[in-house]
Amino acid sequence: MNRSAAWAALAAAVIATSGCVTINIYFPAAAAEQAADRIIDEVWQLREGAAAQARPNGEAK
Amino acid sequence: MSVLKQFRVALAVVLIAVGGLVGAQGNLEINTPAISALQQSMQKRHAQLEPLYTSGAVGLASDGNVSLRDASGVPLAQRGQVNALIAAENADRAALYREIARANGHPEWEADVRKTFAQRWMDRARAGWWVQGPGGWTQKQ
Repeated sequence: MNRSAAWAALAAAVIATSGCVTINIYFPAAAAEQAADRIIDEVWQLREGAAAQARPNGEAK
Repeated sequence: MSVLKQFRVALAVVLIAVGGLVGAQGNLEINTPAISALQQSMQKRHAQLEPLYTSGAVGLASDGNVSLRDASGVPLAQRGQVNALIAAENADRAALYREIARANGHPEWEADVRKTFAQRWMDRARAGWWVQGPGGWTQKQ
């Protein structure tokens, strides 16, 4: 009984960890678009204070 | 009892790990010295490229580069200079895409970063500029 609980915990840890690794490998398309927009704003000088506007968004997790 | 405790510890470790990774997901790192330097270099060059976008001599290509679209409007004497501008811009862009992928610990993302930028450069191009759609060059309305 004790042993099976330990195995369950171990299995849960392995599954959860492998899940995280998989998530992290995927290309974060939405975050990349935001990053691209921030850089394009700067390079093309599209907005006054573009960097200041983009930062609060950028810090959001 | 001790197994239950063990289980709780394992669960806590898992939750912390998940939280950390999810937190790392939300944003792409673009505030590195290399990326800032490239950004500045491109911003400076933009003053020279902008009239070429407007005249249609240079367009925004679907591969994330800029491209000589129609040289006929460029005086012969200036063509070399325009080609050099395009080459320098594309070198910076390639470095930018590579640096963003690297700064985020995934050099293999470079092609995806390039694809994302290609789309955003074209989406945000000003009216009158030329962009390379799937069916060829079109002028932004």
